Amino acid sequence: MSNDDTIPITIEFSGGLEILFSNQKKYNLPLPFKDESGEPANVAFLVRHLCDNVMEDPRKELFVLDGTVRPGILVLINEADWELEGEDKYEVQKGDHIMFVSTLHGG
Amino acid sequence: MPPSPCALCKVNRALILRPKDHSKLCKTCFISVFETEIHHTITTNALFHRGEKVAIGASGGKDSTVLASVLKTLNERYDYSLDLILLSIDEGIKGYRDDSLETVKRNAEQYGMHLTILGYDELYGWTMDQVVEQVGKKGNCTYCGVFRRQALDRGASRLGVKHVVTGHNADDVAETVLMNLLRGDLPRLSRTTSIVTSTPSASADPASDTNIKRSKPLKYAYEKEIVLYAHHKKLDYFSTECIYSPEAFRGSARALIKNLERVRPSAILDVVRSGEDMAKLVPGSDEGCGGACSKGVSAAEEEEGEGGCGSAQGRSTGGEMASVEAQLRQNEAAVDGHLETEITTKTINGSGKQQEACAANGKKAKKGIVPKKSSKQVMGQCKRCGYLSSQEICKACVLLEGLNKARPRNHIEVGYEVQDVSLNSVRDELDATSIRRD
Ligand SMILES: [Zn+2]
Ligand SMILES: [Zn+2]
Repeated sequence: MSNDDTIPITIEFSGGLEILFSNQKKYNLPLPFKDESGEPANVAFLVRHLCDNVMEDPRKELFVLDGTVRPGILVLINEADWELEGEDKYEVQKGDHIMFVSTLHGG
Repeated sequence: MPPSPCALCKVNRALILRPKDHSKLCKTCFISVFETEIHHTITTNALFHRGEKVAIGASGGKDSTVLASVLKTLNERYDYSLDLILLSIDEGIKGYRDDSLETVKRNAEQYGMHLTILGYDELYGWTMDQVVEQVGKKGNCTYCGVFRRQALDRGASRLGVKHVVTGHNADDVAETVLMNLLRGDLPRLSRTTSIVTSTPSASADPASDTNIKRSKPLKYAYEKEIVLYAHHKKLDYFSTECIYSPEAFRGSARALIKNLERVRPSAILDVVRSGEDMAKLVPGSDEGCGGACSKGVSAAEEEEGEGGCGSAQGRSTGGEMASVEAQLRQNEAAVDGHLETEITTKTINGSGKQQEACAANGKKAKKGIVPKKSSKQVMGQCKRCGYLSSQEICKACVLLEGLNKARPRNHIEVGYEVQDVSLNSVRDELDATSIRRD
């Protein structure tokens, strides 16, 4: 895949979520420019991509439930709550910093 | 979507969508509003008095870290004049607490607070690893929870501190409201919704008996906002799951709360408020007897809090609903088999009468709601350790007795099955007999 076909982005996991991603908090990823059906890559596609290509832990349900990010996991797109950005329909831009924070662990 | 401006300052870009009212705030305004609301909770409930020494139950996790940070900020900003210290419990789970205790140690330095760490081995002669070796992974959270609650109170008592604050948040409280509704346990619901509770301190000397006050300043704070506050303030906190409590999210009360939040974010506080309103209707509730009742009632364990295991302050671990069902079946079985025993222990001091009266009230209420034979609840002291308890021997001591009996048997070829049965039956009996757990 050439660079023209991917978007460079930074992904970060925290709040215990990194455990599901080989204990690595930060990933610099090239995300395919288009999703499976040729639409511009959005966060929904990013989440599928992470599940299929990055996550080695078999417990996918701890990250994704019923086709979307599991309730209790916050998604921050360039520091902003993803609910302010269109949630999983947000189209990923070059250089985006997308963060997944679990609220479920630890007191 | 075009970026929205902050609803308060109208200048900065909004980064936070508040669950309680859908307002869009920038980072600076959010931090300020969050802190002001905690200050409001503290003042309207008169949680502290000037010069008070307060121990923050610190796990290194997000809730207690945010609590420590906010209390430090407010103490300085509004001149509460509090002497704040950190109190941590080391359950003795190899590897599990190492990092979180390191976090607490860093927090102590960052916030300039004195830190005390107390170990289960120090307090009970057993680390959680040893308990698990003895009883297996199933059910060990019972031990962890019982030991943990007393540990905080004992620690506070040892340090001469009469007030412990914990990081329980609105999600935790909403979860326990739902759990107690599902159990049909309204008296407990009324106690667990209180922002201030009181547990007897551990002291073998009745003369020095004092109550340890517990409060939760974050009671009305959304878990989501606690995490966002920690994130935007770049607080140093630690998160991991308790390795002994593999979390099954689906079907837990926590999952229900989080799903409700997704559909209607204000639902969490609505559940908390509903719980408070229902609590007012319960005879024998704290409100009903001027708070005197809470004196003998240990709040913490039956409450969300340390009832869980070390990783979470109030989180239910998965399969929670299933365990409620199992508990209900067990209670029915207990009634049929007359397993419940009448336990009466001597009352403490002059306040005994009032407690008895309150207990009777609670009993009546109980009968009306749950078809269950109640045991008479009078607060006395544990004959072993002096901890105030409705039973002759407190729950921790009963658990310890079971553990200590089983320990030498390890050397004989009895087999783990036999041990498991005896220990589990001790635990089951405890669960079945206690209405107000001690
Ligand atoms: Zn603002
Ligand atoms: Zn005892």
